[in-house]
Amino acid sequence: MDAFERRKLANRVVLFLSTMAALFGILWLIWILGTLLYKGMSSLSWEAIVGSPPSPSDETGGLRHAIIGQALIVSLAVVIGVPIGVLAGTFLSEYGKGSRIANIARDISDILMSVPSIVIGTFVYAIMVEPLGHFMGISGSVALAIMMLPIIVRTTDDMLNMVPRELREAGYALGATKSKVITSVVFKSAMTGIITGIILAVARIGGETAPLLFTSFNNNFLTYDITQPMASLTVTMYDYAMSPYDYWQKLAWAAAIILTAGVLSLNLLGRAFARWKFKK
Amino acid sequence: MKGKKVYLADSIFRAVAFISTLLVVVSLIAIGFALYKQAAPAIHKFGFFNFVFSKEWNPALEEFGGFPAIYGTIVSTFISIVLSVPVAIGIAIFLTEISPNRLRAPIGTAIELLAAIPSIIYGMWGLFYFAPIVRDYVQPFLHSTVAKVPVVGEWFAGFSPGIGLFTASLVLAVMILPFTAAISRDSFNMVPSILKESAYALGATKWDVMKDVVIPYAKLGVIGGIILSLGRAMGETMAVTFVMGNNPVIPRSILEPATSITVTLANEFAEADTKIYLSSLFLLALILFIMSFIIIAVGKFVFLKKVERGR
Repeated sequence: MDAFERRKLANRVVLFLSTMAALFGILWLIWILGTLLYKGMSSLSWEAIVGSPPSPSDETGGLRHAIIGQALIVSLAVVIGVPIGVLAGTFLSEYGKGSRIANIARDISDILMSVPSIVIGTFVYAIMVEPLGHFMGISGSVALAIMMLPIIVRTTDDMLNMVPRELREAGYALGATKSKVITSVVFKSAMTGIITGIILAVARIGGETAPLLFTSFNNNFLTYDITQPMASLTVTMYDYAMSPYDYWQKLAWAAAIILTAGVLSLNLLGRAFARWKFKK
Repeated sequence: MKGKKVYLADSIFRAVAFISTLLVVVSLIAIGFALYKQAAPAIHKFGFFNFVFSKEWNPALEEFGGFPAIYGTIVSTFISIVLSVPVAIGIAIFLTEISPNRLRAPIGTAIELLAAIPSIIYGMWGLFYFAPIVRDYVQPFLHSTVAKVPVVGEWFAGFSPGIGLFTASLVLAVMILPFTAAISRDSFNMVPSILKESAYALGATKWDVMKDVVIPYAKLGVIGGIILSLGRAMGETMAVTFVMGNNPVIPRSILEPATSITVTLANEFAEADTKIYLSSLFLLALILFIMSFIIIAVGKFVFLKKVERGR
């Protein structure tokens, strides 16, 4: 066998192996997705979505309390995290360009992005739950907001950097101050990008369970009071999946498919937004 | 007067933006500080290094040592990375070099969406579908084959109800697979096509191009990506909590139930009833924080920074 044939053989072997690896990997993922779809769809019903919390004895009830709790916790996280994140990203891009402090802040924000989510949960427990004495819905929002911050900082920073300098200069030439240029020129032209970042950040934190375990905890009743323990889809899933009751396990799968559908559609929405922006 | 007001608005905006940046920076420092403060009683009572190497975790006797949890975290992360990285790189090669152009975008997007699925779903799948298969098929198979090999066999002996270190590591491997594949594919895609085309023009096969052009060029990015996946696997909670078993021992065989830092925290934190118990759990969280901090710093600043600078 000469060198050429050996190379051709090696080529075929490697291409075969990586195709097999790809198929093998994708099979596992299809298995999981199939399980989720099958179990989720067969457990999903109108009762499971809007029913009031189930009791252990009978086979009725649904996830209304968890869906509302989840929506409240995530929206509050957005309210806390988005303004801080966008403003911090703005500072890094508009005021701190090239400065050492901004670079350090950027690196710290990147590290914060990869802090394990359960560690953030313990941190919020230490600063909020322990001093105030009990689990609270709002502390879950704070934990999620901390997870959102670095993602939003990063995308805002990147998006504002893409705004051409000429636009800013045109603003200055009209006599506008720096803050005026930022709010009415830079933000406007980077708006789609910033919104994309926010949507993707929400999709990322929306499925988090670990930071909520010891912050918003869980509640078997519907509550709108953010200073009380509050149910979320994820923690409810965790509790119900571990419970001995068949019906509760069924509800856990219903929660799983609702959550996944929500997270994935946000993700797709963010992508659609991004594609729309860059086609323009 | 009006001019002054305008300048005031300007400096207020700047100040608010600066404070927001400060908040982000302070968050990270505050995490380290608050964890340390809460863990101080445990550090004081057991000593940091004693805690790290002590195998005793007994809440009833108020005796706490972190070694079983740290061991479980390291072993499960290691196994999951070893299993998933080759497959992930295979997927990346497939996506960049082999698959027909029409399939690249849909398969690529599908992989990215799989990376976005909440990890608790992987955990539930592991508990209800994967654990029984490990118990009924994989375990007897391992017992009748690898477990008979001397020395190494010990690791695969032992019995489990399906949940344990091995199951958790596999679920973790499947969970980080899409993330690692997507990140490796991005690194491969960054190779300028002119370099690849020059190699093809010299008569190189696809594999020649991969090993002599693409891999050397994308090496740092892929290693950086693997390190980030490592950090992610280490801090993952929900995918492993269901299937680890929360058993604070060093298992003789990887099939047996064990624990990890995140599993211990998820199971015991909300129920810790004594001060020293809670403080020991905070110490575990602090150790996880330090471990992931180091790994991420290495991945981001040693490898990925070089990639950014090289561009």
